[in-house]
Amino acid sequence: MSAVYILWLREMKRYFRSRVQIVASLGQPLLYLLVLGFGLGPVFQRAGNGNYLQFVAPGVIGMTVLFSSIFSGLGLLFDRQFGFLKETLVAPVPRLQIMAGRTLGGATVAVMQGLLVSVVCVIAGFRPVHFATMPLALIFMLLIAVVFSALGVAIGSSLQDMQGFQLIMNFMVMPIFFLSGALFPLSGLPRVLALATSIDPLSYGIDGMRAVLLGITHFGASTDAVVLAAVGAVLLVIGAYRFSKIEI
Amino acid sequence: MIRVRNLVKSFGSFTAVDDVSFDVAEGEIFAFLGPNGAGKTTTIKMLTTLLKPTSGSMELDGLDPQTRQNEARQRFGIVFQDPSLDGELSAAENMELHGVLYHVPHKLRRQRTEELLKLFELWERRGEQVKKFSGGMKRRLEIARGFLHTPKILFLDEPTLGLDPQSRNQLWTHVKKVNEAERVTVFLTTHYMDEADRVAHRIAVIDHGKLVAQGTPQEIKQQTGTASLEEAFLALTGSTIRDESAGSADQMRQFAQMWRGGKR
Repeated sequence: MSAVYILWLREMKRYFRSRVQIVASLGQPLLYLLVLGFGLGPVFQRAGNGNYLQFVAPGVIGMTVLFSSIFSGLGLLFDRQFGFLKETLVAPVPRLQIMAGRTLGGATVAVMQGLLVSVVCVIAGFRPVHFATMPLALIFMLLIAVVFSALGVAIGSSLQDMQGFQLIMNFMVMPIFFLSGALFPLSGLPRVLALATSIDPLSYGIDGMRAVLLGITHFGASTDAVVLAAVGAVLLVIGAYRFSKIEI
Repeated sequence: MIRVRNLVKSFGSFTAVDDVSFDVAEGEIFAFLGPNGAGKTTTIKMLTTLLKPTSGSMELDGLDPQTRQNEARQRFGIVFQDPSLDGELSAAENMELHGVLYHVPHKLRRQRTEELLKLFELWERRGEQVKKFSGGMKRRLEIARGFLHTPKILFLDEPTLGLDPQSRNQLWTHVKKVNEAERVTVFLTTHYMDEADRVAHRIAVIDHGKLVAQGTPQEIKQQTGTASLEEAFLALTGSTIRDESAGSADQMRQFAQMWRGGKR
């Protein structure tokens, strides 16, 4: 177990040492929050859906956790490039533990980023309705983080170099984000779009956060939690399997 | 200490390692020489559990690295052709991480880290991030790290590539010192024949995946009737230049170099 811990600790150290990166990674969520939050606010209000900033804030938090956890999983590619991956692959430790350490580390970093953006949201004017259920929002962040860190590791293990990176970004990460209902309500969508949103795991994460922070939900908070936990478990198994097959 | 019999590795129709057999005795420094693409690194990867052989058998300290992976891994240290340090961590942290992964008890870990970092002249800079180190310092740190868990075998895959003569000289002095002090078996590859001649007790030459000569540097020179190991090497492997097709590993290496260069 000490191997899991030391690899988790490594992710923490790397996170806290890259201050520039922490600040840089806040740029995109801020744009979505402030520009869309205030820009689409009046239209949203007129359509009778209430305050858009309130609505979009959980979506922006979910987006931050999504990006951060996928990137940490894909960090495998950087480790492959800079060689550190080999050091862990020849270590006398089961690969499962190495994968677990990485995934947990990546998930922790993603949750911390999510918390940071939550604070920014509150500063920008986001007001959760239920304060008592706020710890539950943390659980949803953690679930999102585990799902996508595991997905990141699974993909990172399968790619040989950085060329696939752009492909993954444009055809996987961005669609996951846009189809998640982070930016729009999930009710009353066209059939095809409704179907697409319902197979996107992030939809459940963001819906769950809206449920516990704002009291509005599409699927129901318990369904959200169950779906995320199940998808997370499946992706962890796939990630562990792919990771165990890495040859250099 | 190392025993390899009829080892074969093919990638599709290409046979990278073709029916190779050799033995390395305990405490020996064994140099594995060959032109680019001859199969040196592939052999090391198979011995160190990173690749599965197509056929043949291997033994490291009596253990088959294929079936008893973790036990075998505990017994060897390796310095790869490409750096494998975490640049964001300090020298001491890289050692610590390695020690934990190799189950070295806390107290011993501290003690050996200090000994080795002092021996490799890195103790003063142990708190600095590795990305600020020079190429020679990084290499020394990797070798020090390889020795941390008191392995019985140390693999060195072109450890002196890109180093200046001073660093190369110093590096081999250290390796020889630890080899004598701890009776570590050293398995190395290099393109510098003078190094192999000076450091290695025994040499094997591989070309196109096949072993073409084996013996002490003296024996190999006698066999080929040449005065230096470099001439012997050229006599054995010919003077045509081998162009390896650039695989993804090479592309990554170039990219990594660009990346690092850009950061400076």
